[in-house]
Amino acid sequence: MNSALKEFNKQKSAYIFIAPSFIIFTVFLIIPVFASLYWSLTEYNILQPPKFVGFQNYINILFHDPRFWKAMANTVIFVAGTVPTSIAISLLLAIAIDQNIRFKNWFKTFFFIPSITSIIAISVIWKWLYASGKYGLFNHLLTSIGLPSVNWLGVTWTLPSIILMSVWGGLGYNMILFLAGLQGIPHVFYEAAEVDGASEWDKFRNVTLPLLRPTMLFVTIMSVISAFQVFEQVYIMTYNSEGAVGGTLDCALTIVAYLYETGFQRFSMGYASALAYLIFFILFIVTIVNMKIVEKKVEY
Amino acid sequence: MDIAEIKRLEAEGPGRPASKKRQQQVLKAFVYIFLMVGSFVMIVPFVWMIVTSFKPLEEINTYPPSFFIRKPTIAAYIELFSIIPMGRYFLNSLIVTCSITLANIFFCSLAGYAFAKHRFFGRDKLFLLLVGSMMIPWQVNLIPSFVIVKKFGWLNSFYGLIIPAMSGAFGIFLMRQFIMNIPDDLIDAAKIDGCSEFTIYRRVILPLIQPALASLAIFTFMGQWNNFVWPLVIVYSSKMRTIPIALSVLNGQFGTNFAMVMAGAVVATLPVLIVFIAFQKYFIKGIALTGLKA
Repeated sequence: MNSALKEFNKQKSAYIFIAPSFIIFTVFLIIPVFASLYWSLTEYNILQPPKFVGFQNYINILFHDPRFWKAMANTVIFVAGTVPTSIAISLLLAIAIDQNIRFKNWFKTFFFIPSITSIIAISVIWKWLYASGKYGLFNHLLTSIGLPSVNWLGVTWTLPSIILMSVWGGLGYNMILFLAGLQGIPHVFYEAAEVDGASEWDKFRNVTLPLLRPTMLFVTIMSVISAFQVFEQVYIMTYNSEGAVGGTLDCALTIVAYLYETGFQRFSMGYASALAYLIFFILFIVTIVNMKIVEKKVEY
Repeated sequence: MDIAEIKRLEAEGPGRPASKKRQQQVLKAFVYIFLMVGSFVMIVPFVWMIVTSFKPLEEINTYPPSFFIRKPTIAAYIELFSIIPMGRYFLNSLIVTCSITLANIFFCSLAGYAFAKHRFFGRDKLFLLLVGSMMIPWQVNLIPSFVIVKKFGWLNSFYGLIIPAMSGAFGIFLMRQFIMNIPDDLIDAAKIDGCSEFTIYRRVILPLIQPALASLAIFTFMGQWNNFVWPLVIVYSSKMRTIPIALSVLNGQFGTNFAMVMAGAVVATLPVLIVFIAFQKYFIKGIALTGLKA
């Protein structure tokens, strides 16, 4: 009896310990996940109670909404433009820093500073670098080497400009992950390769890359997921006096920017919830596919 | 001749050491050039931010743009704190960020301790739910969270800004992983001495997970200081704005006064930069650990 009571008391304190976290978790995560699943099947503008419409929102999004497809296309371009570039450069950086060199920590710090800076601050800084006309630093650089200046934040260039800035901003974080991966590779493998007379390139190709695969998988998945959700950069770079997000002709409208506009500027909460679930679904598929691809290559 | 030497000679063969050494020197030179050019590219935008923030307006609009300031001035900073209530925004950000950080340290470590060292009904299922929830993109719970906060009457208030972020799956997960490594013997010894569960948490667990707590605190502080979407959605009056929101409004309203916008960016960047430089060790270690364990 006594021991049963003790057991209960032990359990009780555990429940008390997790209680604060689980109240927050339930109210702001579990309930919302189901609420938005239900709302995605309704018409809902906050003021009136949600009106059930079945799959109408999803049908409208997928078949009658050119802006959704525009946003989708822009988002895919953004992901394709940032992720491979960022991974390639940050892997090179990590390998370079992993060599036996001086000032390691300085280099690490320099590359990492953008990752700790608010993306809002970065975006306003880059907006100034991209400034049109001759006062912008980038245009000054271009014209001083005889190239024509570019309307960086015009219809054609806004998305590439945001991509360039995002690659720059994300290098440090990926670099740290790759560094951790590199340091996890046992030195014996390199020594063995050296004994076999392998060149630096051979070692990279046949030791580093294969053993870095788990890190690569993690970095790829995380990068694709976060790139797919790009929003702040778009918000700052394309914000205009009417409060619209996405730029002229939706030139840089991404999927999350579109969700923000739908939900919090037009208050079509049902439609926005359906968009949110589509994002969820797409990211889920991306994760699974990514894992399958990398799993296949790991056979040896 | 020992075995290592034989191996080395076998590997190198006649005539190779010299060329290999040269190859490595060239490679190293490339590495330095690559890293220096890279660092330069990383730093220039920040230097440009600082330079611009100390320039008088007429120098910003002179051609060609220059990194040299002829008449440095703090006019932009004075404007920043007088035309808009930047001091208030700074205070808002500080209150929100510090409260959330403290709450996370406490609640996540408490829950992490329960998950790591207690047996209770439903533990493993709950933990799985928690870990699974990390896969859910924030867009999915953004809208209902907004509606719930609105129902509570917490829009545009510190409650709304702070309470939803007081604990998180990632933090609990991180804490659990660390607490699992603490030997059970220590906890049992404390129990034999008659310590209550909370005393064990406070006197045994907390002191032993200080590095993990530091990582969590820094992650939370930086994430929250830079958090944009949630305040953007729930704050509608000027006086409740946090720094990132203030910066975005500054960008919208005073977008052409680049000195003032850059001064705002400096004010937004400085606190995280200080925290980062002070705790860099914990931060980078934390990413490396969690990044690969998560």
